[in-house]
Amino acid sequence: MSDATLPAATAPARRDGSRARGESRFVQFVLIAVSLAFLLLFLLLPLVTVFVEAAARGWEAYRAAITEPDAQAAIRLTLIVAAIAVPFNTVVGIAAAWAIAKFEFRGKNLLISLLDLPFSVSPVISGLVFVLLFGAQGYFGPWLQAHGVSIIFALPGLILATVFVTFPFVARELIPHMQSLGSADEEAALTLGASPWRVFFTITLPNVKWSLFYGILLCNARAMGEFGAVAVVSGKIRGETNTMPLHVEILYNEYMGPAAFAVASLLAGLALVTLVLKTLLEWHYGDAIAASRRH
Amino acid sequence: MSVAVTIEAIEKRFENFPALRGVSLDIQPGELVALLGPSGSGKTTLLRLIAGLEEADRGRVLFGDIDTRALSLRDRRIGFVFQQYALFKTMNVADNIAFGLRSRPREERPIASEISKRVKGLLELVQLPGLEKRYPSQLSGGQRQRVALARALAIEPRVLLLDEPFGALDAKVRKDLRAWLRELHGRVGHTTVFVTHDQEEALELADRVAILNAGKIEQVGSADDVYDHPATPFVCEFLGEVNKLPVKVVGSQAFFGDRPVLGGLSQNQGGPASLYVRPQHLRIVDETPLALPGTVEHLRRNGPLRRAEVAVEGLKKRLDVDLASQVAPAIGERVRLRITHGNLFAAA
Amino acid sequence: MTTTASFRWREPSILPGFGLAMGITVTALSLIVLIPLAGLFVKAASAGPADIWAVATSPRTLAALRLSFLGALFAALVNTVFGLILAWVLVRYDFPGRRLIDAAVDLPFALPTAVAGISLAAIYAPNGWVGSWLAPLAFRFTIPFTDVSIGFDGKVAYTPLGVMVALIFIGLPFVVRTVQPVLEELQSDVEEAAALLGANRLRTVFRVILPPVLPALLTGFVLAFARAVGEYGSVIFIAGNIPMVSEIAPLLIVIRLEQFDYAGAAVMATMMLLISFALILAVNLVQARARRRFGDV
Repeated sequence: MSDATLPAATAPARRDGSRARGESRFVQFVLIAVSLAFLLLFLLLPLVTVFVEAAARGWEAYRAAITEPDAQAAIRLTLIVAAIAVPFNTVVGIAAAWAIAKFEFRGKNLLISLLDLPFSVSPVISGLVFVLLFGAQGYFGPWLQAHGVSIIFALPGLILATVFVTFPFVARELIPHMQSLGSADEEAALTLGASPWRVFFTITLPNVKWSLFYGILLCNARAMGEFGAVAVVSGKIRGETNTMPLHVEILYNEYMGPAAFAVASLLAGLALVTLVLKTLLEWHYGDAIAASRRH
Repeated sequence: MSVAVTIEAIEKRFENFPALRGVSLDIQPGELVALLGPSGSGKTTLLRLIAGLEEADRGRVLFGDIDTRALSLRDRRIGFVFQQYALFKTMNVADNIAFGLRSRPREERPIASEISKRVKGLLELVQLPGLEKRYPSQLSGGQRQRVALARALAIEPRVLLLDEPFGALDAKVRKDLRAWLRELHGRVGHTTVFVTHDQEEALELADRVAILNAGKIEQVGSADDVYDHPATPFVCEFLGEVNKLPVKVVGSQAFFGDRPVLGGLSQNQGGPASLYVRPQHLRIVDETPLALPGTVEHLRRNGPLRRAEVAVEGLKKRLDVDLASQVAPAIGERVRLRITHGNLFAAA
Repeated sequence: MTTTASFRWREPSILPGFGLAMGITVTALSLIVLIPLAGLFVKAASAGPADIWAVATSPRTLAALRLSFLGALFAALVNTVFGLILAWVLVRYDFPGRRLIDAAVDLPFALPTAVAGISLAAIYAPNGWVGSWLAPLAFRFTIPFTDVSIGFDGKVAYTPLGVMVALIFIGLPFVVRTVQPVLEELQSDVEEAAALLGANRLRTVFRVILPPVLPALLTGFVLAFARAVGEYGSVIFIAGNIPMVSEIAPLLIVIRLEQFDYAGAAVMATMMLLISFALILAVNLVQARARRRFGDV
């Protein structure tokens, strides 16, 4: 763990003996207190509530809520959607990062902006665009219906909407890291006679593995937790097109609060795991990931 | 305006690192003093202590007869030029220079027209008239440095402190600014202390040079003093090039092996010692009783001078010898060297 | 490969795979993002001016858009103030648990919005942990000599205030994460210079430290704002979704969709997107101007 001191090194401003900097103890205390109060109220409380409410009816009720068939189906569906959307976006993200970081071409900045576009689109609109294309009254709706293919209110729609909202995650972590590494390693390997794929798998990929993992982690968290976009395309058919977040909504709206919170606690657990992994990555591989934090 | 600065027995530690270990220095009003030393010697820490940016663990700094520990940073009235200039990049040149005046309490603050007049005057003083509206990013390195100086002078400082004032500039600009700063000091006459690791800069610019090593002042004196009469082996080695010879002192003579190499010594104590000789103080001679035989092994050009590297039996390192205008010896030639001047330090 | 001397589409490189990588990228981007978004605009445009006007100016649409944009504005402002303080505290001060808190800031990025939504609703409901404390704080105050009265009726959940609570939650990390690296990279010497020039701490903070941070603060504000405008999952549970009062624009799109009013949904979505894009563009222009003048941060 030789990198353990890294975060301190990236923030030399702190713990500086200089008299000219820093506020009085009182001001520091007030600012820290304000920050903590704000975080407590807006972050910690909602998180704790999920687990407290989930546990409110005891272990048996909790177990029943997450093992009943509809919940199991929702969990399975969520895993299936993520298992397709995340690898897809990983491949596309790597391809996009390769093209953007390793080559100079016209329109590069435009391409980067377009890749980021889904971030500035409301999740609801991300779902809506697919309903407009493939829904019953959409552009391709009649044709699809005639051929017995269903996209909206079915698995393909859920996947499309999820791919849309998680589209930028991998690319935006990889691009700055690959750009900062340059192409010297790859060029050296090519001049030594390595084949292109060999260069990619033995040089490029190992170089960026941590930022790639970081991107995949965030992509996965969003894919499993996405609500607005899938809500629009799902149709919310129990046991069929309900993902976990949608199942939470249905339970909550049917006044089955404890069950809703039980399923929600699984998603909150996923969020915590994501957060812990993400933090560990930042502590140990800060250099690789730092570039992307800075936009 | 200028005051004497008295530094009394300053000690300062950072965590486990002793940065200053008992430093005392008297600086006369209007004097220009260089703090010279290698990195880590404590020179920048000493400068920051005078400014009040650091607090000493022990000892104190006086401005005239005022103990600065009682003064706030504002009341110290220090003009400080940072190594990277520390200009405020979101303010234009005029606002940068006026910042100190506008920071004064309302009752001491000059009126706006007075401030802009002063800014104009300062820009003329630093030879950058008309640049009021420029932003720091639109200036060259040398211009930034002058703006930083004008900003420091704007508050009519008691003491002017400069941290590696030419460190961030390229060689040509550095030379020009050096001469200009010397001339400016002659005109405004602030008590000035600057930090540098460049001995040439220190010797050329300063009235007196304080040489620091490992948290202590090794020697203070004029350029001639410290160069010609170094008080310690460190000073001798730090300032310019020097050859080192292990010798033994017997009576008034120094012996290399059993060969006398330097006479007329007034040192009382005999025994082993190190003789430091600069390349220009070694001369190739025909015959002399006090001479060191050796073989020319290498010849090279060193600026305007030619230099021979002479191997001497019993000495691992070749001696550097400046050849001045003499006819150069050939490589492989046996020569005799006479030491015209040397500094003797008892062996550690 | 066709290249001409005067126009080169890309710089030559010995690295392979440009065609393949670019092909995958552009194909996926087009199929997943660009064509569907284009379809949205076409759908909205095909609605015809009269229909567009009717949707755009219907009181319910306007109320929803107003709530979404004003709520997002308010939440982003709150996040800007507290996000700056939080970033400052995390960068400048050392206190127990600092790194834990630093990590926790990203929680809203990681927590699924539906989970945040039901949790916030439970907390701020009239019988919730916080909601039950707020009820006794109700007050109403009529400004003298006017009919204007302001007040707080003790309820957060199921009111526009609830919408704002949710939007503050999901926007929190944006300001912290954009400001933090800039604060970390600030050179200490400018602060020392300001202090030696006689500036007190307040003046140093507001005249010297904060101005270079302003572009990042603005970026964080816009990111938080853009996210809040389109937010759906965390809001709908706590909002109560009362038409004309606490119904946000994304929800109205969903409602129109459920009524099979595709054109109406498309027109609203297009309005939201265009307003958001215009804002982001405006901010980027401001940033570029600042960078040109002050040099790169």
